[in-house]
Amino acid sequence: MSRYGYLIREGFRSITTHGFMSFASVTIIMACLIIMGSVSLLSLNIDALIKDLEDQNEIVVFVDESLNDEESARELQKNIEAIENISSAEFVSRDEAMDNFMSKYDEELMEGIDETVFRHRYIVHLTDIALMSQTKMELESLRGVAKVNAHLDYAQSFVTIRNVVSIVSLVLIVILVFVSFFIMSNTIKLATFGRREEIAIMKMVGAANGFIRLPFVVEGLVLGILGGGLAFLAEWGLYNLVTGRIVGSVTGALLNVVPFKSVALHVFIIYMAVGVLVGAFGGVNAIKNYLKV
Amino acid sequence: MVVMENVRKVYESSNTVALENVSFTINDGEFVFLVGPSGSGKTTLMKLITGEVRPTAGTVIVNDFNMGAIKRRKLPKMRRTLGVVFQDYRLIENMNVYDNVAFAMRVVGAPNSEIRKRVPYMLELVGLEGREKRMPTELSGGEQQRVAIARALVNSPRMIVADEPTGNLDPVRSLELMLLLEKINEMGTTVVVVTHEKELVNAFSKRVIKIDSGKMIGDGMDGYYE
Ligand SMILES: Nc1ncnc2c1ncn2[C@@H]1O[C@H](COP(=O)(O)OP(=O)(O)OP(=O)(O)O)[C@@H](O)[C@H]1O
Ligand SMILES: [Mg+2]
Repeated sequence: MSRYGYLIREGFRSITTHGFMSFASVTIIMACLIIMGSVSLLSLNIDALIKDLEDQNEIVVFVDESLNDEESARELQKNIEAIENISSAEFVSRDEAMDNFMSKYDEELMEGIDETVFRHRYIVHLTDIALMSQTKMELESLRGVAKVNAHLDYAQSFVTIRNVVSIVSLVLIVILVFVSFFIMSNTIKLATFGRREEIAIMKMVGAANGFIRLPFVVEGLVLGILGGGLAFLAEWGLYNLVTGRIVGSVTGALLNVVPFKSVALHVFIIYMAVGVLVGAFGGVNAIKNYLKV
Repeated sequence: MVVMENVRKVYESSNTVALENVSFTINDGEFVFLVGPSGSGKTTLMKLITGEVRPTAGTVIVNDFNMGAIKRRKLPKMRRTLGVVFQDYRLIENMNVYDNVAFAMRVVGAPNSEIRKRVPYMLELVGLEGREKRMPTELSGGEQQRVAIARALVNSPRMIVADEPTGNLDPVRSLELMLLLEKINEMGTTVVVVTHEKELVNAFSKRVIKIDSGKMIGDGMDGYYE
């Protein structure tokens, strides 16, 4: 270990020697990770929202008059459940529907309303609301189905948003990882330039390539881990701040926000992994040209 | 040991034929001067030996390694059999004398216990005992070059190659340095010295390989005369 001690110390020292560039590359990595993390968390929240919608957003399938008695209307259950995208179908009889309706409104208002006004119906939940319009058509084509009530446009716009956010975040992540790597590599190139004499001497006396790389990889790792750790803390604060505002607002009160604690470990691991990889490969890349001859 | 056979070296970038049809053998234990005017190809020959450049044609064998075909990852192993000295010393400015020499051992992974024994011995051999704590800038040119020689020798290479080691020294320091290299040679290390200083070469009775415009024009014990 002692013989590596010197080189590892050199890696740390180089960070302070090129203080400004080190600061810049940590900041860039932080910024990249925060942008990356924020879009990912946004898309996670949209996913959760869609899940909520899927749970709440029920499709009502009305049974037509050809299946008038409850017995035959219940027969439809298996046909509905045979459709692929259906996660559940709950039968509600004409009587129950009327009772539900009545309980919500004033009795007097209901006077004179006959239970035959109501139809037997199924309350249907979907597995994936992205396929809602297709499923709606399949339901409508079933024999015995009079009408299908579904909030198509509502679901569709959320799915579109989710898809856009996923694509944007993927593209952003690729670009930002590349930018971080580039900045990191150039920061460490400064260090290799400052120590080119030493590198030349190491090569002349026959130091192994891994040994020559060591201080620069250490420098990259330290910067990467620093950037990852700081980005994690910043993301934590930022996320709680923003979600706190949303939940606090009037419209936001209806939204269910994914709590940071439930994803903190994942965010931490991913940030650290990106920091470590960008740092290590940045270091290896920076020294690459010196090791050719 | 160096074996050159019909070596040709062309620098594509400057379209220069730096060496043409060069053949000689340097056996273990020899002391050889490599002389020639500026631009004749001396440094190119040195770089062929250290593996910094590869021959365009012909064979270069150094300490049993075939330098024309050696794999890049084998170069460190090959270089541990060589000690290299340059005209401009190439010491690390922010390390003291002791650390400059110890550095060469550290980076090849020598244990500390061995470094502590070997470095003082080397510094004594080159006459720098008591100067361990000095920084390179606090030394004369001759002293700096002796640090460089100690560093080149510290890992016990089979051969030392020195490219104009006296280029920046006055005649007296140059002679002292050459006597040091002669002493090292007598202790068993092969020594190859590049120089264009005729007086210095002629002060010793050694084998002299002469090149001019990339071609060998002499190889013998008859000194350096034109
Ligand atoms: N890296 C290079 N790229 C292109 N041409 C080069 C390179 N190095 C040397 N040359 C050319 O090759 C020729 C031989 O150069 P070399 O350095 O071997 O001469 P030298 O004998 O060491 O000279 P000096 O005594 O001045 O050091 C010269 O014409 C030089 O311009
Ligand atoms: Mg030269």
